[in-house]
Amino acid sequence: MTLVETKPASVPARQALGASTAALARRRVAVVLKYATLVVASLVMLTPLVVVFLTSLKTPAEAAADDPFSLPSRWFNVDNYVVAFRDGRMLEGFENTTFILIISVTGTVLIGSMTAYALDRFHFRGRTLVLSAFLVAALVPAVTTQVSTFQVIDFLGLFNTRWSAIALYVGTDIVSIYIFLQMIRSIPVSLDEAARVDGAGPWTIYWRIILPNLKPAIATVVIVKGITVYNDFYIPFLYMPSEDLGTISTSLFRFKGPFGASWEAISAGAILVIVPTLVVFLALQRYIYNGFTSGSVK
Amino acid sequence: MALATLSTRRGPTPPRGRGARSRVAPWMFLAVPLAFLVVFTVIPVVNMFWYSFTTWDGLDPQKEFVGLKNYVTVATRPQLFQVFFVSLYYIAASFVQMALALYFATVLSFRTRLRNVFKGIIFFPYLINGVAIGFIFLLMFQPGGTLDRVVALFGGGDQHFWLGDPALVNWSLAGVSVWRFMGLNFVLFLGAIASIPSSLYEAAELDGANRWQQFRYVILPGIKPIIGLSFILAISGSLAVFEIPYIMTGGANGSKTFVIQTVDLAFKFNKVGLASACAVILLVIILLITWLQRRILPDERVEMS
Repeated sequence: MTLVETKPASVPARQALGASTAALARRRVAVVLKYATLVVASLVMLTPLVVVFLTSLKTPAEAAADDPFSLPSRWFNVDNYVVAFRDGRMLEGFENTTFILIISVTGTVLIGSMTAYALDRFHFRGRTLVLSAFLVAALVPAVTTQVSTFQVIDFLGLFNTRWSAIALYVGTDIVSIYIFLQMIRSIPVSLDEAARVDGAGPWTIYWRIILPNLKPAIATVVIVKGITVYNDFYIPFLYMPSEDLGTISTSLFRFKGPFGASWEAISAGAILVIVPTLVVFLALQRYIYNGFTSGSVK
Repeated sequence: MALATLSTRRGPTPPRGRGARSRVAPWMFLAVPLAFLVVFTVIPVVNMFWYSFTTWDGLDPQKEFVGLKNYVTVATRPQLFQVFFVSLYYIAASFVQMALALYFATVLSFRTRLRNVFKGIIFFPYLINGVAIGFIFLLMFQPGGTLDRVVALFGGGDQHFWLGDPALVNWSLAGVSVWRFMGLNFVLFLGAIASIPSSLYEAAELDGANRWQQFRYVILPGIKPIIGLSFILAISGSLAVFEIPYIMTGGANGSKTFVIQTVDLAFKFNKVGLASACAVILLVIILLITWLQRRILPDERVEMS
């Protein structure tokens, strides 16, 4: 391929007159090196995915044969996907994940925006205390507290129900509260006041003014939270061990026993889980980059 | 950091109290969030400290108070403590991860063909389900499998027990973690570099700065805060590794991490007291690291994002 000279997008053309041939050669080597590293990185990132995709289309005999890079004999061999769906109970996994995902994401948006509304728009005794409580709680990594969170979930009778995961996803997401708190500041208070003059109470203001104006923050939270819940393994693994309550993560994890070394079935299961992520990523790229940048920094 | 500013800096002045309704109203909105905070964060943390001073098995209605015994056990029994050394592999890997992410973010900040394609390819693994990643790399790491083939191409011998050999297993697993998480660092760095004003590059260019000098004197100082933050996240992340080693090896062959051990102690061996002591130690270490970060890197990062 032909390589173009690189420069920062914003910099105007530099005076190339003074550049010596040695400098030009050096620059050309740098450009080649740059593309070489990018291609190598892409290969490292993509090869595992391609091999797994190829394996998912192979027959058991082909998959057991030695060459991971060989092509499947039939490109439309969906047998392994049928096995993954039926014997691997992936369909139930998708159902459970969808149920948990919709309720948790909705709950997170409501809880986060209500908290932000109360903390930003009202002056009340104890406000600073509440704010600091959320602040400190944000520092506690959930991974450390599961030993005793488990007892709470058990006590509430939520163990081995989908509500255990929902309660934990909704109840411990403090990052979302911060995303809403940052956004709500940019909504002018005069909007609230205008509504109040028209006789609107706090709930009406929240529903009619605050929530619609929080849309960009809601988009961020929905994307980040949605992907986190979809991919989570730890919580369903600990709290929903029942065979009937598999999420996509735990259903796929259970492939380990029965499918032991049937890599074609395991690969099909993995691809089934990845495809929705890929579709969402391709459709919402820009929002996803923004979401994860603001989500993990705040 | 950003969190800290929230408490000190006020938004637009909230409306002053208007009788009883506005004194009650905020609490109506806060009731559910606060209930969640208490039930799922405060109570577990308090209980965890309490359990850590007992020999509770998770079932017995009686909890026997034993003082610091569990902590002494963790500190003195080598097989309980050595899991900390496994974290060192992940910390080392996260340095590699950060360097790679910084390199690719810098390179892709300049005009590049197929820029968005490369960006997408490098970032996408971060979005993939952890269990799927575990299985993908179990397949890659099969003796005589894909990785062995590639290594053989470069003359590295035919078969390696990537996950079976205690000398290799933690490097293999840490490598998977680089593959998985590099994209996040990369996108964070890319965003930070994009927010450096272009006038700075222009000025550097006029002064005759080459690429390396631009990186060293414009980009690096411009994104220092986010690099610092990423380091802290990487270190606390390295201490809390669970998914990948649990899914791929279950902690076998010396790949057991602190969190795997804690989960095993609590849920497999019913040693809730001892597991709580482990969890408290991890919590304290992570809080310490976070506190250090806030001391070392004060608020400057806020404007970057």
